[in-house]
Amino acid sequence: MSVHPHLPDPLAEGLAGGWRVIDASALGGDLELNADVAIVGTGAGGGISAEILTRAGLAVVLLEEGAFRTSRDFRLLEAQAYPDLYQESAARKTADQGITILQGRTVGGSTTVNWTSCFRTPASTLAWWREQFGLSDFDEASMATWFERAEARVGVADWAAPPNANNAVLERGCRALGWPSAPIRRNVRACWNLGYCGMGCATNAKQSMLVTTLPAALEAGARLLTRVRVERLSFNATHDRVEAVEGVALGSDGLRPSGYRVRVRAAHVVLAAGAIGTPAVLLRSAAPDPYQRLGRRTFLHPVALSGALFDNRIEAYNGAPQSVYCEHFMPAAPLDGALGFKLEVPPVHPVILSSVLSGFGVGHRRLMRAMPHLNVMLALLRDGFHPDSEGGRVHLDSDGAAKLDYPVTDVVWEAVRRSWLAMAEVQFAAGARAVLTVHESARLVHSWAEARRLIGELPLEAGLARLVSAHVMGGAAMSRADSGGVVDSLGRHWQLDNLSVIDGSVFPTSIGANPQLSVYAFSMRAADSLARRLTYGQSDREN
Amino acid sequence: MLSRRQFLSVAGTGAGVLIAGGWALHRAWPDSTPRGGRRFLGDADAVLIAALAPVVIGFAGVDRAAVLRGFDLAAAGLPPGPQRQLRRLLDVLGSRWGRHGLAGVTLPWGEAAASEIEAFLQRWRLGRLQLLRGAYQALHALICAAWYGNPASWEALDYRQPPVMEWLP
Repeated sequence: MSVHPHLPDPLAEGLAGGWRVIDASALGGDLELNADVAIVGTGAGGGISAEILTRAGLAVVLLEEGAFRTSRDFRLLEAQAYPDLYQESAARKTADQGITILQGRTVGGSTTVNWTSCFRTPASTLAWWREQFGLSDFDEASMATWFERAEARVGVADWAAPPNANNAVLERGCRALGWPSAPIRRNVRACWNLGYCGMGCATNAKQSMLVTTLPAALEAGARLLTRVRVERLSFNATHDRVEAVEGVALGSDGLRPSGYRVRVRAAHVVLAAGAIGTPAVLLRSAAPDPYQRLGRRTFLHPVALSGALFDNRIEAYNGAPQSVYCEHFMPAAPLDGALGFKLEVPPVHPVILSSVLSGFGVGHRRLMRAMPHLNVMLALLRDGFHPDSEGGRVHLDSDGAAKLDYPVTDVVWEAVRRSWLAMAEVQFAAGARAVLTVHESARLVHSWAEARRLIGELPLEAGLARLVSAHVMGGAAMSRADSGGVVDSLGRHWQLDNLSVIDGSVFPTSIGANPQLSVYAFSMRAADSLARRLTYGQSDREN
Repeated sequence: MLSRRQFLSVAGTGAGVLIAGGWALHRAWPDSTPRGGRRFLGDADAVLIAALAPVVIGFAGVDRAAVLRGFDLAAAGLPPGPQRQLRRLLDVLGSRWGRHGLAGVTLPWGEAAASEIEAFLQRWRLGRLQLLRGAYQALHALICAAWYGNPASWEALDYRQPPVMEWLP
């Protein structure tokens, strides 16, 4: 190829130009820093907070467990991306190994590896929070301002290109059945429509924290420590203020402590380590939790999957991964009835496909060889509204590592089976030759009638049904009063005066839509308020 | 034929052994030291994975050395907790009683027939205990990732990266 388009890497340039970034794996001794604000985590919550607080003139230090990887490191390779950019090499599991969790572990967090789908928090979810949790601040009109601001910051726009063939299956099937479908808005600028968003964007089109808020914060003087695992917060004698963030530097493998310690003393601390990481830091710190709310009600949007073979090529690895969705099975009311689910498609690449396809051996290989003709559909379940869908619980194992217990209750299983049926129906309606429910006991079926019979008989058990999640929410929920949650509606910790939680762990239920834009908007709102409180010299508790 | 209750009791014991016994074994099992340029897999592990690979992938001619390299790399990149669980699993399967008693494979891994390995994988895959299904899935996922993460496997899938890759430095 003779034409080499110039692909700038502004982050590498910024680093060379003097941004204050310390790779803790290169430390030769312990490190102690002072800051106005220490932010734990650099994903959606941490990135948004860093920009707002730095621009307000505050001295910010960010701590990130992952490494600083930029577009020049992203080579569209699963074998490189999963160990490098994801928690537990993209194989994080719930405690009973029933659900695989995809979560970022790199500068930019999950925003670096997500599929760029943007939805505002559904009005029905906001109404539920007002009515059931007394979170009266979240009326639609005042939240609309934050969504608009967040959308502008990360370039959310309609996606003009036609859907790729994988998304077109969903669109075509819905049209045939009379189910409404709609296009998905994306946070990209000058996107090349490659389809490898999950491996990090090689062209910097994705407007993740990596290319938006973090460079802005670093340019304005924020400091970033990478490859630091935050172990705990230390408190004052009366256990009502955080004094410092205590962490360990990781070695060059990015996994094991190098032996050096990192300590950041800060006037205010923001926890933005994600809905597993944030509760885990608080649990390891033995933070006050008088009402036993910490780590409870953790939601996943459990995802069920269905594959389908088509005569034409689908090439679900090429093109924007998610551009069509269907909410036919996601009623606005009642929210606490049978679990609603939303239909979308995931991108399909060799490693991720091989790990979720049922079975092994010759049959598995035959399906792998059909990959270019394979459509995969997903159903994202709205957990956290039905009284029997209370989500999971984050706890610590004997090493202090976070574990998520997420019992899949009967109401969740019922929705899983209903979603398998819906997916098979829409896949056949779109012209599928055969459908394979992603379950170890399923086989290829060739008609909708046959699918109905098979799916009706599939045993609903962890480890047979393959469930995944890319959306971890809750565990440090907002509440109207201290007895109901961990933080107030601005993310202020109920018991620790100078601690805020600004990430997806503050949501009291699941969002009911891909949550990145919700995390951006709620984080902007919380960080904006924090910046005003800190710069006007008000006590954190006023306002 | 075992009754369901007897089966569960036998399987339950096996699972308990799998959880509790692994650690003790780890201390007494010299072969788990990585060798031959590997970072995680010991010699006994390598024999086991090389025996499983063609059965899992469904292709007798699969490049076992490449699968071993990929498996080793993936395992070495796991955080300490999951890595320790994998260590225990491999130690149990590598021991004679684990192979024979739990996996039901009579000959040593290097000599076992593909049909016997297949029967073992099927039993664990659809086992009544989630512990066995989880163990199967861990082996399956790592072996598949080791092979399908390798560009050498892609031609058979008629898959290629987009042309932009040729431009990237």
